[in-house]
Amino acid sequence: MYQYDQIDQRLVDERVAQFRDQTRRFLAGELSDDDFRSLRLRNGLYIQKYAPMLRVSVPYGLLSSRQVRMFARIAREYDKGYGHFTTRQNLQYNWPKLELVPDILALLASVEMHAIQTSGNCIRNVTADHLAGIAPDEVEDPRPWCEYIRQWATLHPEFSYLPRKFKIAVTGSPQDRAASKVHDIGLHLVRNDQGEVGFEVLVGGGLGRMPMIGHVIRKFLPKHELLSYLEAILRVYNLEGRRDNIHKARIKVLVKAVGPEKFAEMVEAEWQASRDFAPVHDAEGFARISAFFTPPKYETLADEDVLSGKPTEFRAWYQRNTKRHKVPGYRAVFLSLKSPNRPPGDITEAEMDRVADLSDQYSLGMVRATHDQNLIFADVRQRDLYSLWQSLKLLDLATPNIGTLTDMICCPGLDFCSLANARSIPIAKQINERFDNFDYLYDLGDIELKMSGCMNACGHHHVGHIGILGVDKNGEEWYQITLGGSASGPDAALGQVIGPSVAYDDVAETIDRILNVYISEREEGERFIDTFRRVGVKPFKARVYAPSHQAA
Amino acid sequence: MRRLIKQREVIVDEWRYADEDPVGRQRALILPFARWKEERDRWWLWDGKLGVRLGPTDPVAALEHDFLRVSLVALEFGGLAEGRGYSQAQLLRKRYKFTGELRAVGKIQRDQFFYMARCGFDAFELPETANFEDAIKAFDDFSVAYQGAVDSGLSLARRAG
Repeated sequence: MYQYDQIDQRLVDERVAQFRDQTRRFLAGELSDDDFRSLRLRNGLYIQKYAPMLRVSVPYGLLSSRQVRMFARIAREYDKGYGHFTTRQNLQYNWPKLELVPDILALLASVEMHAIQTSGNCIRNVTADHLAGIAPDEVEDPRPWCEYIRQWATLHPEFSYLPRKFKIAVTGSPQDRAASKVHDIGLHLVRNDQGEVGFEVLVGGGLGRMPMIGHVIRKFLPKHELLSYLEAILRVYNLEGRRDNIHKARIKVLVKAVGPEKFAEMVEAEWQASRDFAPVHDAEGFARISAFFTPPKYETLADEDVLSGKPTEFRAWYQRNTKRHKVPGYRAVFLSLKSPNRPPGDITEAEMDRVADLSDQYSLGMVRATHDQNLIFADVRQRDLYSLWQSLKLLDLATPNIGTLTDMICCPGLDFCSLANARSIPIAKQINERFDNFDYLYDLGDIELKMSGCMNACGHHHVGHIGILGVDKNGEEWYQITLGGSASGPDAALGQVIGPSVAYDDVAETIDRILNVYISEREEGERFIDTFRRVGVKPFKARVYAPSHQAA
Repeated sequence: MRRLIKQREVIVDEWRYADEDPVGRQRALILPFARWKEERDRWWLWDGKLGVRLGPTDPVAALEHDFLRVSLVALEFGGLAEGRGYSQAQLLRKRYKFTGELRAVGKIQRDQFFYMARCGFDAFELPETANFEDAIKAFDDFSVAYQGAVDSGLSLARRAG
């Protein structure tokens, strides 16, 4: 894991001091609400429905046990005892006091953390594949590049006041577990015909009101050109992106307006014209960063049979919540933050402390946050799986539902968020209560359910196999259902609306009908998303809204 | 007389804006970009100093061949939501090698100084009500930076390209 040197530490410490002074000026009346809003936002501080919300950056989802303990301490001392992991691998506190935020930031800085650029119209936390470095199908570990980009983007003098927020995701695997096609920039580490590794560059993906899948604007970018090319994209966007309408200010709107080919030409022209002053690749600096991501010293172990003689429950957990590791004798373990009574992504301070201890004991003291709001112990010896499972069960972190229907992505919704139109957490609960039979969930197999409480789409509903969007109809909460979305892999797609939105109480029932259509239509071993792609939206439309059901 | 911050000091402005003060006596005159475009050739004969004021959508490339004549460029900001001036400044300094005074005008505040200075601004017109002396401290908000940039009077420990 990357460790700060004096420069990194000083920058973060100075940011705390700067923000402390900005907070002081605001409280003293020297800064207007508007001016302070723009300043606090670029430091992750929102004012929500009931209280401020502080979003802490977890660069590419990587945490040390020491940092997790600090999250726990802050939750205990400055919040109501819990935190919430987001779809961009960050952590949010829902109840900090505004005047104490500088103190929280100082505590974070003491463990090499910050909230810089976790919101506001700037380059946000760079996200990555949560299985980076251990996935068997990886071309190259994306994390050194994420850190390289993180440093370049931090307090960037030219690109800190963009038309709108800007999100970059990097993946080194064709599976694309980072949802990179729905980011402003998606970077794929790929190998060209000469066997060299470089980047495929996508631009203009995004969700929200105008969901779009990103377009490839460069098939192969040599690695050493990364920052110069990113600067060209950002400069074109900064100068040409719309600033007259917040809903049309993302880069995707510009890309759509001029067309991806023309946009690629604009970037190319800017890139060529900036040759003599664009950032030059810092090979030494990059090597320094890379050294922090060399694989840990794994023991020489063989894959073993960990299942014989073990309870069914453990076997189910093993099947769903652990994943293959490229090193024999190891597995990656998912800690499910989607147990039935837990708001998806939430974790208490006591659980965080225990997670930190367990990571020290079982996984080299490291924890990862995933973009679907779970945690991972990346390097667990197979022989330790059973005892780890027993410990996780006691913590309610072993619900064997990873990748199933109840492993939902869910935004905080109307319970916390001032933008939301409808609640999402109680809908998650409704779905959990309805689908509490694991045999049924396993029979359904891999299904991605994603839910947002408004069209800003923090819950990524457009790219859920099943998407749920909360809408407001004359002050009532209604839910629009989309099917067939996907964020991952080569066939990322946006979901299609299947019909009129449904009432609050009918959401789980509607999901049930959708699943029944799948079950009757599927072919042997076919996943939900594949059945949907084969049969299309029609049978779902017909049967979900069938009159007999309406009467029921 | 207008005060402004130039190279980290509070000074009295020697320039006047042609549109605000058409009959003033100062021989250093800032023209709006539209007027400069229209009257460009006439002003080559004028013996005072010339500056041009650009809005966020005005192309800095249009000044490329004028820097023998134009010794000040003022870039307008409309508050914290306006960020085109940072790229305009970078282009002026780096692509077009402009070495004259680069001034941030309009609705600006001290919290932007660090970024602006790194993009090559060396003069800042704050509202008269601002605390100028206190604002100057904002240049020192950070003593380190990750990016190379056009720095004016800042000495930073740096890393990355």
